[in-house]
Amino acid sequence: MSKYTEDDLKIELETKEYEYGFYTDIESDTFPNGLSEDIVRALSLKKEEPQWMTDWRLEAYRAWVQMTEPEWANVHYVKPDFQAISYYSAPLKKAKYESLDEVDPELLETFKKLGISIDEQKMLSGVAVDIVMDSVSVATTFKKTLAEKGIIFCSISEAIKEHPELVQKYLGSVVPQRDNFYAALNAAVFSDGSFCYIPKGVRCPMELSTYFRINQAGTGQFERTLVVADEGSYVSYLEGCTAPSRDENQLHAAVVELIALDDAEIKYSTVQNWFPGNKEGKGGVYNFVTKRGICEKNAKISWTQVETGSAVTWKYPSCILKGDNSVGEFYSIAVTNNFQQADTGTKMIHLGKNTRSTIISKGISAGKSQNSYRGLVQIGSRADNARNFSQCDSLLMGNNCGAHTFPYIESKNTSAKIEHEATTSKIGEDQVFYCNQRGIPTEKAIALIVNGFSKEVLNKLPMEFAVEAQKLLEISLEGSVG
Amino acid sequence: MLSIKNLHARVEDKDILRGINLEVKAGEVHAIMGPNGSGKSTLSSVIAGNENYEVTDGNIYLEGEDISEFAPEERAHKGVFLSFQYPVEIPGVSVTNFMRTAINESRKANGLEEMPANEMLKLIREKSELLEIDRKFLSRSLNEGFSGGEKKRNEIFQMAMLEPKLAILDETDSGLDIDALRIVANGVNKLRSENNAVIVITHYQRLLDYIVPDFVHVLYNGKIVKSGGKELAYELEEKGYDWIRSEN
Repeated sequence: MSKYTEDDLKIELETKEYEYGFYTDIESDTFPNGLSEDIVRALSLKKEEPQWMTDWRLEAYRAWVQMTEPEWANVHYVKPDFQAISYYSAPLKKAKYESLDEVDPELLETFKKLGISIDEQKMLSGVAVDIVMDSVSVATTFKKTLAEKGIIFCSISEAIKEHPELVQKYLGSVVPQRDNFYAALNAAVFSDGSFCYIPKGVRCPMELSTYFRINQAGTGQFERTLVVADEGSYVSYLEGCTAPSRDENQLHAAVVELIALDDAEIKYSTVQNWFPGNKEGKGGVYNFVTKRGICEKNAKISWTQVETGSAVTWKYPSCILKGDNSVGEFYSIAVTNNFQQADTGTKMIHLGKNTRSTIISKGISAGKSQNSYRGLVQIGSRADNARNFSQCDSLLMGNNCGAHTFPYIESKNTSAKIEHEATTSKIGEDQVFYCNQRGIPTEKAIALIVNGFSKEVLNKLPMEFAVEAQKLLEISLEGSVG
Repeated sequence: MLSIKNLHARVEDKDILRGINLEVKAGEVHAIMGPNGSGKSTLSSVIAGNENYEVTDGNIYLEGEDISEFAPEERAHKGVFLSFQYPVEIPGVSVTNFMRTAINESRKANGLEEMPANEMLKLIREKSELLEIDRKFLSRSLNEGFSGGEKKRNEIFQMAMLEPKLAILDETDSGLDIDALRIVANGVNKLRSENNAVIVITHYQRLLDYIVPDFVHVLYNGKIVKSGGKELAYELEEKGYDWIRSEN
């Protein structure tokens, strides 16, 4: 330490101060409300993170302080008070699942309503489930099988400790700390999440899955997911979310980074069902998510999402098609009901030659909800023969909801081929009557019509997920027709 | 089977049915004919329970039970089937999936278990052979991109699958060429039995050459103004609807 400046001293003092000042607090399971450098440090210490990680978080925090919350999205909500949120909450130690019997019955009930149980999923589909409950990973299964292939699938906290070289190399490489307001916030205070690494040439033998759940009122969730597929590897990753009803808004600002190296393929599927607020539009989760993947040469990334929950959604899973011949896909179903608002879509950034992207977006609006598709297709000057096909379909139910489409196309290469198709339709009384006449009650008829409308996307989901997604669509639209 | 008493119905304040009386027994085929705007399609919609029509008076009984207040799906569960004049499209929903849903919903309503997949497949095979339907057709989206003939044949296929007690064929002959008409009519004839009844609603006598009715009723201005045997259809064909108009 040749140059020990006054600043260094100050930082050290702050750290020390916090060590004492916060010591008792960090022993508790929930941090006091509010966000500051001290909180960031406390969080990092609590999680026993190495210094580089603490520094990385602080860098993000300092960037975040300078940033303002974005307002361009077609959503209206009361901005969260970031000082009224507690940034760390761990479940009690005994909550760690030794067996399924110990799983929260409320969670199991939700699964039951969806017609699945974790047990069934494990047994039937060989899904390795890593349940993130209240910010801390509490269960990991199938780890052994995966380890035999050299696959790493663990919580991001564990990865920071056990595989620092990988985390340090890739964390923030696709979504930098200062990427946007919520990504910066996430980088500063992410509590946990998942990490996945598939070694060269390995085909992951099972679908990797994580169930997220927001459990404790007033606890913001800041998940961080990092998936690295090394050259020539393949992985299918499933992310599913359920949450019980809450009176107050809960903030969720996750970051997902995907890295597909040469010839690798990542399939990332999401079913999101967070509490959307009640029929009067009260409560519900704010979901401000940054998801982005980068494709190297001949690599492929597919995002498939079924979004039925959250009061406000702001989410654009994107692909940077950096390598030549790389492929990006986005398949989305976004359902909004009652007072839900969704502004979702994708960005396909074509940088390499012969890059291809496909966007299929299905928006379903009911009640008094607003559903917006926002997509960017950008073709760089070097991206010769880039191709994009976009299709955005909206289905309206009733007369009080809205569907909006905001496609942006920027091309700097004349050899690019870009196609965009959009349709808007309404569920007709005649369709419903036709189904009724065949003995199908109205709720079921709506579900059938909606499933038909969403089929192209549902087909992209792994089997067991597709079944769950179909049921979710039904549950989300319950009571949407009078 | 079906008993309609003094049925009055209207749509948007316009009276369309003005006192219909009709008795249909099991094993019978009744034809209802009449000029455009006489209320033929309204009658079929009202029997099926379409809520766009308001029943202002009268009752509909199915096997002695008053179904006038029943929801359309409840009527379907009790065995009422309507072959639509204009079948609707449901994109992304295959004919097979639609039928599976419909059959299982009816079974559920009648306290039965879902039909096992192998039984369902057997039923589909049997009925599609009966109606000379290429099974590839059944994996297509319901009515989407179907020709007029395909749509009508699909309606009859659904009728075959659901095995209703009372089938109402609303202008099933419209938009059909003679070959398609023959196939559809043959299908209906194969499905006739002592235990079910058919009401054929048609503008022309043509269909009745293939589906021979036991009774013919003439609907005019929301009322049945003439009833008779199958010869009434020929008389009507010969004299034209002006004959009815001049008498009423």
